[in-house]
Amino acid sequence: MSGTSFWSATRLVAQREINAQIRGKSFWISFGVFVVALFAASILPGVFGGDDAHTVATVGPEAAQAVAATDLQARPVESLDEANALVRDGEVEAAVVADRSSPTGLRVVANSQVPLEVTAALVETPEVELLDPDAVNDGVVYLVSFAFALVFFMFAMSGMGIAQSVVTEKQTRIVEILAATVPVRALLTGKIAAFSLLTFGQVGVLALLTPIALRAGDQGVVLSLIAPGLGWFVPFFILGYVLLAAMWSVAGALVSRMEDLGSSSSLVTMLVILPYFGVTFFQNNDLVLTVLSYVPFSAAVAMPVRMFRGEPALWEPFLSLGLLAAALVACVLVASRLYTGSLLQTGARVRLGRAWAGAETP
Amino acid sequence: MSRSFDATKVLDDVSFDVAPGRITGFVGANGSGKTTTMRIILGVLAAHGGTVRWRDAPVTQPVRQRFGYMPEERGLYPKMKVAEQVTYLGRLHGLDPATAKRNTTALLERLELTARADDPVEKLSLGNQQRVQICAALVHDPELLILDEPFSGLDPLAIDTVLGVLRERAAGGVPVLFSSHQLELVERLCDDLVIISGGAIAATGDREALRARHGTPRFELVVDGDAGWVRDQPGVKVVELDGARVVFDVESGPDAQPVLREAVNRGTVHTFGKVVPSLAEIFREVI
Repeated sequence: MSGTSFWSATRLVAQREINAQIRGKSFWISFGVFVVALFAASILPGVFGGDDAHTVATVGPEAAQAVAATDLQARPVESLDEANALVRDGEVEAAVVADRSSPTGLRVVANSQVPLEVTAALVETPEVELLDPDAVNDGVVYLVSFAFALVFFMFAMSGMGIAQSVVTEKQTRIVEILAATVPVRALLTGKIAAFSLLTFGQVGVLALLTPIALRAGDQGVVLSLIAPGLGWFVPFFILGYVLLAAMWSVAGALVSRMEDLGSSSSLVTMLVILPYFGVTFFQNNDLVLTVLSYVPFSAAVAMPVRMFRGEPALWEPFLSLGLLAAALVACVLVASRLYTGSLLQTGARVRLGRAWAGAETP
Repeated sequence: MSRSFDATKVLDDVSFDVAPGRITGFVGANGSGKTTTMRIILGVLAAHGGTVRWRDAPVTQPVRQRFGYMPEERGLYPKMKVAEQVTYLGRLHGLDPATAKRNTTALLERLELTARADDPVEKLSLGNQQRVQICAALVHDPELLILDEPFSGLDPLAIDTVLGVLRERAAGGVPVLFSSHQLELVERLCDDLVIISGGAIAATGDREALRARHGTPRFELVVDGDAGWVRDQPGVKVVELDGARVVFDVESGPDAQPVLREAVNRGTVHTFGKVVPSLAEIFREVI
């Protein structure tokens, strides 16, 4: 009988974990939610905003001519009374009537509120020339930053599954058999590997589905906008996720019961939530965003957003990625010691100092 | 080995051997250090002094992987299927997939769990979960077996099954160390004894030798009528007197023949024999 090496033990642990996860309902439910959300985000705006062709009643040839020059749907009627009736019934958004006393020669009749879409359509906009145009417009920047932040946030929070899996092993006490059989570090590595692979797999499938979803929603143009940021999002996402995965596993190792997990994981939860809000709220604040793009916990979102806007110099993402990688190595080393020191301590929540000192299992 | 928790010394120079092919019972009161000792042997806890040696070499991770361990705190993945779980643990111990599967099938058969092989562990009764736990400790044909309270929670039939399995393993040359607070069971099963008390070894050795060493020569006599006269015999100390039955120690030498002669003179003798001290008595005496 040949012994199990560290890596073959790690592989066995990871395989078991992946099997256990993909057989569970919650994995497929959360993945299903992601897929549904992706398609909803691509298709629904088109469905609800689609019949934007506002219909207006027109009285007289001048009005009909003016409306014809816009995106508005014209519905010519004979008299002002008839137009008013249609407006009151809500059949049309507004009525456009010729009016010599108005400077534009037109008057708009609406029921209770000023019909902004109609008036805007009728206004003639002067030609605009931008001297230094932004590479991407603000609306798209917002959308993309938000999408990156949300995807990272959702998957980072799902790292809670790692903590739960660790607690399950502690709570059922199988951890004692496992620790007597394979090195504790192999347990930690296997778990992080399993959850990382599952997450990257899900993100990969979502990435493949994105063009399909966008095309289904007739928003193919968004794809060509996201693509440049996406390239940077991948390496940052991978390192950022593994960093948090290591922290989640320690949060799990510190407690012996599911009920206590909330308190031990509050720090990790904060580290997931704060960058998310930071990037969404401060995306127009260059200073804050620049700082966030170097802090390892928010770099995963902030740096791709900055890259997407085309701001940073080429060396910046590499420096940030380097910092993230260094933080990851440090975090995994600390996590491995804390995990080892607390895994076999049962009962009350293990204090960090004790976990650090208690790392004594060979 | 020695070990402290914070300032409390729980193991103080605990030292004993387990021999191949022999079943060693590990006995002690609650909190005397049995579980701590076993955890140190398995590397789950570190010793603060001393070493654990196996075949004249210190125990390292690859060596430990060939040990079989059943912890006091039972633990299995509740949602994992029985056979799958035992196979998985076998593979963690270094078995190749085919051997792990074959050993699992054989063990489940031996412990009468074949019908439950594809059920999740949480669906099994506690007694059956306990049997799965034993499979988990045995699946990789361990070179050394360490079982912490293997019989607690088992019904008498299951106890016999497990006893049988452990005897088979020992007969195959594997040293078996098990702890128990059920002294009658230890008495039935073990060849050697280790008695621990307050974190120190109180007695260790062959069970029969321990019996011979501990406890004064004791006899039981049952006669017709009242046996109260035994009290007046010279050199005899009555331990227990209940009408016609008397249990007594002979203070000077093992000879109780004078008492028997006197009894025969007085009437019918129903029973006369040497009382072997029970483990419980030895236990009470040494701790």
